[in-house]
Amino acid sequence: METVLTRAGIWLVILILAIAGMALAADGPFAVHMGIVGIAALIALWATVTRADYSAQANAILRAPADQSRYDDDPIRWGVIATVFWGMAGFAAGLLIALQLAWPILNLEPWANFGRLRPLHTSAVIFAFGGNALIASSFYIVQRTCRARLAFPALARFVFWGYQLFIVLAATGYLMGVTQGKEYAEPEWYTDWWLTVVWVSYLIVFVGTIVKRSEPHIYVANWFFLAFILTVAMLHVVNNLDMPVSITGSRSYPLFAGVQGALVQWWYGHNAVGFFLTAGFLAMMYYFVPKQAERPIYSYRLSIIHFWSLIFLYIWAGPHHLHYTALPDWAQTLGMVFSVMLWMPSWGGMINGLMTLNGAWDKVRTDPIIRMMVMSLAFYGMSTFEGPMMSIKSVNSLSHYTDWTIGHVHSGALGWNGMITFAAIYFLTPRLWNRERLYSLRMVNWHFWLATAGIVFYAASMWVSGVTQGLMWRQYGADGYLVNSFAETVAALHPMFILRAFGGLLYLAGAVIMVVNVWATIAGRLRTEKPMHDAAYDAQADRPAIAPRPVLAPAN
Amino acid sequence: MSDHSFYDALRHLADSWGLLIMMFVFSVLAAWPFRPGARERNEDAATMIFKDENDG
Repeated sequence: METVLTRAGIWLVILILAIAGMALAADGPFAVHMGIVGIAALIALWATVTRADYSAQANAILRAPADQSRYDDDPIRWGVIATVFWGMAGFAAGLLIALQLAWPILNLEPWANFGRLRPLHTSAVIFAFGGNALIASSFYIVQRTCRARLAFPALARFVFWGYQLFIVLAATGYLMGVTQGKEYAEPEWYTDWWLTVVWVSYLIVFVGTIVKRSEPHIYVANWFFLAFILTVAMLHVVNNLDMPVSITGSRSYPLFAGVQGALVQWWYGHNAVGFFLTAGFLAMMYYFVPKQAERPIYSYRLSIIHFWSLIFLYIWAGPHHLHYTALPDWAQTLGMVFSVMLWMPSWGGMINGLMTLNGAWDKVRTDPIIRMMVMSLAFYGMSTFEGPMMSIKSVNSLSHYTDWTIGHVHSGALGWNGMITFAAIYFLTPRLWNRERLYSLRMVNWHFWLATAGIVFYAASMWVSGVTQGLMWRQYGADGYLVNSFAETVAALHPMFILRAFGGLLYLAGAVIMVVNVWATIAGRLRTEKPMHDAAYDAQADRPAIAPRPVLAPAN
Repeated sequence: MSDHSFYDALRHLADSWGLLIMMFVFSVLAAWPFRPGARERNEDAATMIFKDENDG
């Protein structure tokens, strides 16, 4: 009872602070955000009071512990639903901005123009879709690999809901023009502070569960998750060292300025790729691929070597985003060299995942979830080859600021992160809702092919577009002047922009099929369908061979 | 210490002792799973995920 009162009191204080923030707000967007915080506090207050588990409190008085023989899967179920939901939002926003680039008339000023929707798209797919997938799967995996129930269950629930509030604050902020203007770090100071609180809670839940494990080993997936959580905490705090203009306003100034600011931003930005989109998703790979293939990881030693190599190398690769800028030359070269070295540990991870299927390659033919995992690893390998290549200064002088970069990011994000997340969702859904199997495996297959074709359209059109752009920008005439104006290069790319949007449409269509499949699986329905693969059988032909009867000569 | 000499000192630390220490720590960590007797522990760790096949 006392905890209910304490919690209700905390929510009430937050509600009052939010109302005060609204009243004293220095600008409109801050007032709107305080309104959102107030609504969130109100919902939390209502949930605390009405949903208070009074029988559990009776148990607490009797010192009866929570059922330790069951895994704590509620936040994971919510996380799977949130992943699917934010995935749809992020993919749809991506398709819309792709269409905006092809047909500028679709820019709805000022709320939904390209400049405001682009960070909405990137944050929705990376932090909302990817982040929820990482939080949910890390809570699932850490419990299973430690064979222990989640530590601090209330804090775990706070992590889930707090993260959703972060997403809503960030997304609404972009639409209102609230941004720090730093790529992948757009949310303003108060949203950053909130994320810090949520992230530290996440770390506490995760480490707490590892500490209470009943297994002697800490499985390698947890190493990757821990590296992801710790590094993202460090990156986020350092890159967001800002001074707010007003404590009730939505503007702030960064501590670092000029080229130092740029370096800190890209140290953050590239390690967001390295630790959020790589280490975290590799952790998913190291659990779900062996589980789905029903074989242990190919080489546990390789997993440890490539873990430490990734950790030691990734953190230095950021300066390759600043080639030919005011950054000192040695720092640019350092970034390039470390990026090229990163190729090896990246492929170590890819080889480790793919070789896990050694001796079970037939599953690629029979199991569409394995097929997704293999495609995901293939794209991981491809984009971690493409990345180091693009970080080489002479290649970068052609590729930088062009659509090639966009194509590279999407082959990694749609191919590697997207596919492994879809595979994880298909793995988790029947298990979490205690269903016999997915609603339909054939729909997984459709999703696989639509997504793959979508990525091919996307990446191929952006390669052509990026190289075209790079070559047109650097073309000099005999008189020493540039040959092409910027608008001419844009006109040349128009067909490629349309093809890119078509690729996005296919990818989104695949995700719609996933929504139907996950929805029907949760509802407990099973689609009657032909199995994915079966050996051919023809009952008519299943007869003994009879020697052909001799043709009788006419009797005469 | 002026800004420039502070930068210079860090810069020299980074490409001498700093680099050496990082290389050493990395080598130890990477060699760790190859120490004698580690094979069995690696095997255990790799197969522990199949202990609860019905996923609780």
